[in-house]
This record gives sequence, C-alpha cells and structure tokens, in this order.
Amino acid sequence: MTSNTIDILWLTIGAFTILIGLTFLGEVLRTRQEPDTNNPVLETYMTRVQSWWAMVAFIGIAMLTGKIGVTILFAFASFAALREFLTLTTKAQADHMSLALAFFVVLPLQYIFVALEWTGLYAVFIPVYAFLMLPIVSAMRGDANRFLIRVAETQWGLMIAVFCVSHVPALMNLDIAGYGDRAILLVTFLVMVVQLGDLLEYFFGRRIGRTKIAPGLSPKTWEGVACGVISAMLIGALLSWITPFGVWGAMGMAGIASIVGMFGNLVFAAIKRDRGVKDWSHLIPGQGGFVDQLDSVVFAAPIFYHLTRYFWVV
Amino acid sequence: MKILRPLAARIVGHCIRLFARGITAVRADWQGIEPIPRQRVYYSNHTSNADMPMIWSVLPPALRRTVRPVAAADYWLKNALRAFIGPEVFNCVLIDRRPEVDDKPMDKILEALDEGASLIIFPEGNRNMGDDLLLPFKAGLYNMGLARPDVDLVPTWVANLNTIMPKGEVIPLPLICTVTFGAPVHIADGESKDAFLARAAKALSDLRPEGRT
Repeated sequence: MTSNTIDILWLTIGAFTILIGLTFLGEVLRTRQEPDTNNPVLETYMTRVQSWWAMVAFIGIAMLTGKIGVTILFAFASFAALREFLTLTTKAQADHMSLALAFFVVLPLQYIFVALEWTGLYAVFIPVYAFLMLPIVSAMRGDANRFLIRVAETQWGLMIAVFCVSHVPALMNLDIAGYGDRAILLVTFLVMVVQLGDLLEYFFGRRIGRTKIAPGLSPKTWEGVACGVISAMLIGALLSWITPFGVWGAMGMAGIASIVGMFGNLVFAAIKRDRGVKDWSHLIPGQGGFVDQLDSVVFAAPIFYHLTRYFWVV
Repeated sequence: MKILRPLAARIVGHCIRLFARGITAVRADWQGIEPIPRQRVYYSNHTSNADMPMIWSVLPPALRRTVRPVAAADYWLKNALRAFIGPEVFNCVLIDRRPEVDDKPMDKILEALDEGASLIIFPEGNRNMGDDLLLPFKAGLYNMGLARPDVDLVPTWVANLNTIMPKGEVIPLPLICTVTFGAPVHIADGESKDAFLARAAKALSDLRPEGRT
C-alpha cells in the first residue's frame, strides 16, 4: 500500500469514528427525552448524521479508486446540483437547446478538462466560452421576453453547480513542491473542515447564538459563525499532517474555507427564499437536495483552490 | 408463449419507471392523501404525452398494479409497439375518440371502476398547449363522481413536464418533475355540473408548487 492509501484509510476510519460518536450522542439524547415527545432539532440532527454516513462511504470509496473516481463522483454531484438549480430558474422554450447543451455538453466537457489537467481551459471554459455561446443559442430562437433574466440565471447555475463544484476535483491537479501525488488529500481536507465547521456552527448557534446576521433569511448568528470558524481552524490544525500548508497555514486555509462556506450558505438561503422553497429538492432524505448539502463546499472550493495555487504551487 | 407477453410487459414497465426516474428524478408529493390502496380516480393536468407515465411511475407498486389510465385508442393503437405498451404495460382503458363511432366511453370507465380498478384521467380532454393553467374540464369527471360517489376523485398536479420536454423538442432536459396528490373531492348534494367542475379545477391548480413553473 502506498502512503496515500494508508492516509486515506486512516482518514476514513477517523471520519467513521466521528460519525459513531455523533450517532451515539444522538441516541443518548433520544433516550433521555420523554417517550412521547418529538424534538425536531434532534430529528434533523439524526437524519443529517445518517446521510453523512453515506457521504463518507461514497467519498472514501472514490478516494481509494484515485483521481478518476473522485472526478466522476463530483461530476455526478454537479449533475444533481445543476438539475436542482435549473429546475427553479426562469426559462422559456427558446432556452431548450442552450439548457440541453449546459447539461449534456458543458458539464461533461468541464470534467473532462479537469481530468486531463488542462488547467488553462477549465478555468475559463464556463466563465468565457459557455458565458458567451449559450446566450447566442438562446437568442437565435428569437424570444426576447425576460431574456437577460433567463440567460443570467442559467449562467449562474452553471457557475455554481459546474464551475465551482469542479474545483473540488481540480485540487488534485495542483502541483505542489514536495507534496507529490498527495494532492488528493486536499479534497478530504476541504470537505472535512467545511462540513465539520458547519455542524459546529449549527451547534454553537443553537446554544449561545444571539445576534442574527441576516434576520428573515437564516437563523445564522455571529456567535455561531465565530465559534464554527474557530472550530474549523482547530480541525484544520489537527489535519495539517495531510496538507502541504504547515500547522499555521492549515489553520488559515481552514478558517478562510469555512467562513466563505458559511456566507455562501447565506447566499443560497436568499435564493431559496426568493423562489419560495425550503429545500432545493428531496434527493437526500432529511436534508433536501444536493445543493443544500454541498452549498458551503461549493462556495469555498474555487477560493481554496486559487489560494493554494497562489501560495503553494511553484 | 402465454407467460412471455405479461413478463415482457412487466420488464418494459420497469424500464419506463427507471427511465422516468433517471431523466426527471420524478417524485411524488402526497399532500392530501396517503399512498394506500383505495379506489381512486386520479385526475390530472395534461401538458405532455409523458404525464401519464410520470404519474404511473411514482405510484407505489401495490397501487400501480390496480391503476388503469384512461387513454385515447387512436394514440395507443397506432402501431404494434404502442399497442403493446398502452394496453399491456399500462393496462389502459382505451377510448375511441372518432366521432363516427359511438363507443359509450362512460360505460367502459364505469365497468373498470366496478372491477375495482383505480383510474388516471385527464379531464381537459386534450393536451394543454397554451398559456392557461388548465383548459375547461369536460363533463366526464362529473359523471364519474355522480355514478360512483364512493370513489375518491384525487387532484394530481404534474409540474415541469412542459419544460422538460416541450412539443417539438427532441432532447428531454433532466429537470426535476414533481407529481403532487391533493385531498380528494366529491360532488356535494345538489351541486351543479359547472360548479363542481370549477371546484375540481381549482383544487387541481392549487396544488401547483410555489414559485415559477
């Protein structure tokens, strides 16, 4: 076994240990409450933990199969996210061809470019080529009604669900001195610090949260976010052995990824509120859709990617 | 040979269901009723030929086995493949729409109800190609409710299909399709045909998911 495989196995075992702890905690809380009462916070928490089990299993298996496995996993995640996003956006029949291109041409090409490590192309493919070409396809059908809204919302969907998500597997392409082919571990690092930061933000927000950041939009509080980001930094420090960042660098990167992710979550809450939906879809039991699950990771990924590239890639 | 055709019908049925789930991630939202085996008439909006397979696909197996879509014979008997899928996979109640044939459609429908089947019907009669939410309902729904008052008439809204596969397009978009089942309606004492049909249509259009479709 390579040292990579051993590290991935340790990380998976670590993640499962955390999940066993979280499941155990939930079951203890369940037995402590009165038999007939129903605590919605606890039930939400338990369904969350349950779907994390599936997520850890999926990512663990994908990591063990290597780069291709991770790229394919996130390509499917992109597809699910794009479907959820474009179900809620404004569109007309004139957009049918450009939407079909988005799903069946732009999305696969982006992941092929990532897999081929064509760094220059996957960084501009959606913000430049798709951005300019898809509106042309829509305009050729000659329907001007709400045109700008239609093309803008489609482009936003592509940027979030394909461009941003593809920067998670793109982390594996970073060529960092002395880090070799261990870049796959950056994927784990990003997902773990952001997701655990979110969980702790939720927990502390419930316990000590006072000042809401955006009342009417989200129950997020400044106190919860501060505790969540500090926790993410501590987790980053604990995981610094899998990164090329060093302890302080890992803390900084974890803190930035976590804070961007939390505010990204706020952006998604605003979109959902505008469209009058509670969740993006019902794909994952108890947690809504793919976008609900991944929103913070999606927001954090491109910034995490570019900061790593800027400071650590020679 | 005798068992081959029903077996093929079951396999094709599973393929249609998996295809519907894969392409549109179709899901059921049981708002007004539970998915339990009760005799019902699911009446639905009609924007696409895929409406009926979508409703059929989201029904749990026990309900799917007893449900019979009411459909046009001219569509489902057009070629051998459709004549296999319509009557044998979906177990359709076929209605002849040709004006020169007096097929007594209501007799066939009531016969199916008396055999214990649930039905899927499209009370608008035709596919809705315009911008209106619903076309005016035909009298069939009222006549069914009058003749068999014990049967639940369940409004069933199929959302998004006209965007997934508009008329004239070739590639379906993999957007999410939702089938929403509402609370059943029954004809009230002394309610007129028009009043009932208006109430049934409102019960159906009220199920539209919030936001844009």
